[in-house]
Amino acid sequence: MEALNPSLETRESELVQKAGAGCREAFYQLVQPCERVLFASAMAILNNEADAEEAAQEAVLKAFTNISRFRGECKFSTWIIQICINEARTKINKARKYLYESIDEPENGEDGDYFPRDFADWREIPSEALQRKELREALQRAMASLPEKYREVLILRDIQHLSIEETAQVLGIGTGNVKTRLLRARLQMRDALAPGIDGNWSLGRQEYAKVRAW
Amino acid sequence: MRVIEISCLEVWKEISNFIDNDVEPELRARMEAHFKVCAHCTAILDGAHNVVKLVTDGVEYKMPDGFSRRLYDKIKDK
Repeated sequence: MEALNPSLETRESELVQKAGAGCREAFYQLVQPCERVLFASAMAILNNEADAEEAAQEAVLKAFTNISRFRGECKFSTWIIQICINEARTKINKARKYLYESIDEPENGEDGDYFPRDFADWREIPSEALQRKELREALQRAMASLPEKYREVLILRDIQHLSIEETAQVLGIGTGNVKTRLLRARLQMRDALAPGIDGNWSLGRQEYAKVRAW
Repeated sequence: MRVIEISCLEVWKEISNFIDNDVEPELRARMEAHFKVCAHCTAILDGAHNVVKLVTDGVEYKMPDGFSRRLYDKIKDK
């Protein structure tokens, strides 16, 4: 677990104490830096803005009610993201009981080996590529198409930059599973995106001529 | 020093850890040697690298307008 630097740790601990005594302002000061990651974590699971906002709000209120249970063994942000993820999972499981996915999945519970769909070459991202609407849309589509368990790891690691250990803790899984899911997520995203961009990077390279248009 | 060969399958399993600089030096050397001679695995590596870059730079979960205010109000009214 990544440690806070001593001054931040003291500050966080003071705010937690005040929040525990019922100070809402102190609690909001703790929550405010986590707003974005709370929303993104809930979005990873629910894929719907309104539901994600509701889950984040419910998580924050639950955290306030239970602040006395926060012992400072991890960062406040890790603790509250964990609550938010549980809240989002409860919400989605209510909506789709048949798709229930246990968070007590065993460490080696991932599927078999990964095989790339193809070997389309993708050496460089054109600097202007991200400005293009079609790439941004393809990126969003590829994210949305990932299985939930891969999407949440990708968001926590590559967008919110949590460490492997923090990601494992908030998701309630082992670090080995985090790494496996991250591998799957990144490679499935590559499968979805590599043969695209504008399709012309394979020109002149017969061996990588298999290109799918978006 | 002779670097012991590694299969494509083993490389794919570790490619994400390779990107995160989370492989032992010995394995890293074997993978680097493999990338020098295997165009397919190099294509997978470049693609996975680009995914990380694109996701990091290009995916944004923008909070809905008024999110912070509504959250603050919820806390205040609790």
